[in-house]
Amino acid sequence: MNILKFIETFTDDSLMRSTGSRRDSFNQFGNIGKTLAIAAIPFGLSTFANKALAKDITATPATPIGALQFALTLEYLENEFYAMALDSGVIPASENGGRDLKVFQQIAAHESDHVKFLIAGLGGTMSANFVAKPTFDFTVGGAFDPFGDYPTFLALAQAFEDTGVRAYKGQAANLISAPDLLTAALQIHSVEARHASEVRRLRGLKGWISNDERGAGMPTATQAVYNGEGVTVQAGFNTAASFGAAAGSEAYDEPLTTQQVVDIANLFIV
Amino acid sequence: MKNEVKIHEVDRSLNNRRSFLKLSGLALAGAGLVIAGCSNNDDNDPAPEDTSLPGVRNGIFDLGSGDFGVLTYAYALEQLEADFYTKVVNSSNFNSTFNDIERQVLTDLYHHEVIHRDFFKAALSGALPNPSAQLLPTLAFNYGALNFNSRTDVLATAKALEDTGVAAYNGAGKLIKSADYLLLAGKIVSVEARHASAIRSLINPNSSDFAGDDVINTSTGLDVAKDPSKILPIAGGFITTKFTAKYLP
Repeated sequence: MNILKFIETFTDDSLMRSTGSRRDSFNQFGNIGKTLAIAAIPFGLSTFANKALAKDITATPATPIGALQFALTLEYLENEFYAMALDSGVIPASENGGRDLKVFQQIAAHESDHVKFLIAGLGGTMSANFVAKPTFDFTVGGAFDPFGDYPTFLALAQAFEDTGVRAYKGQAANLISAPDLLTAALQIHSVEARHASEVRRLRGLKGWISNDERGAGMPTATQAVYNGEGVTVQAGFNTAASFGAAAGSEAYDEPLTTQQVVDIANLFIV
Repeated sequence: MKNEVKIHEVDRSLNNRRSFLKLSGLALAGAGLVIAGCSNNDDNDPAPEDTSLPGVRNGIFDLGSGDFGVLTYAYALEQLEADFYTKVVNSSNFNSTFNDIERQVLTDLYHHEVIHRDFFKAALSGALPNPSAQLLPTLAFNYGALNFNSRTDVLATAKALEDTGVAAYNGAGKLIKSADYLLLAGKIVSVEARHASAIRSLINPNSSDFAGDDVINTSTGLDVAKDPSKILPIAGGFITTKFTAKYLP
């Protein structure tokens, strides 16, 4: 499935009225989606999170443990996504000097490490604080094909990494009472930012986010990842004054709330 | 574990202070800031002072501690980064030394770091009780033999500065008491990490260096975090204006 069709799947307003399961909704799309005007009805991933899905994750408490549990769920998502991609062979091994494969092998190794690190930090798999890995569906009910179509994989990788940066940032205040955990979270946060920069550059974009732009080739549905990134006032200082709004917004990444991230992640959880 | 760390930090800061007292005579000889010095502490038994505030103590500017100390520390590092990229983009052969993509990256970094510097100056000027005495002055820099018309020199220095910035913010986060300031630091550090990744990728594109094993721990997946006492000797190699950080770990 190509990017254009991916966009269509998320601009089908019949999904918003659907009373069936999410999988049914996407099947319906197959019949009617192509007749709808692309991007006529912009809406974000959060629309889908309102569907009654028993296995959806919910927001964690605003505590240090809650922050770690939340981080672990996101790392589960990233870890499984890259592991499945590497298994699928969707990442070209020889093109681009082998760069893409080296990049995603490195990212996959880090996400795997983060899962192990966070599980250990929560006291291990037998701890009361441990949270199990949800069941992910990166095709979102078969609507698109990240493990068969490389541009779709790249677009999702960018969305996950940029989300990760904003998600960890949104947890900082929940960790301020636990300095050692805060430091570890910051040390993961900057790794996600390094990943995001490289994936964006692989896609021909800048490594940083201009205004609230999701970037060329990113599906409309990923706009939820970028909404609110265009801030140009920081603690009363106008960051756009010297070099314009794009530079001012690029110089700062913005947080996402726990609920905003949960809404994004739930799209991929069944 | 946590207690051990704290004890260690106390010991280290005492050691730093002793070192500073021993070295202060030497520092006084060369520091441009000496003329702004005061002599509040000439007594054998000086009154307790508020070490959280930045300002001149014993004739030399000290960054202070707590939130103001950390913000002033960040301001010093952002001054260095902003000055470096200003010199890079204004170097005589900038257009011929770097290709289009490299110039775009370096120009963006110049913009971002100048914005960071000016932000800290404005934020500290607004928040400090007495900014005329407590705001870190504009620092002076010397890059020694660094050739601003050498692609290799510029990118290697940029890599060092950006990785240092990431480690500095990662290490300083736990020293911040205000959630608002912590979030602001968090908004900046991820951009520094994006920079570090991009510069590393320019230097060695067909590799995993953007998040290389030299900075990301291969068993935990954690980036580097360093205390100010580890960062300042690195940054200090380029900063000629003397200052101290006696009350930061």
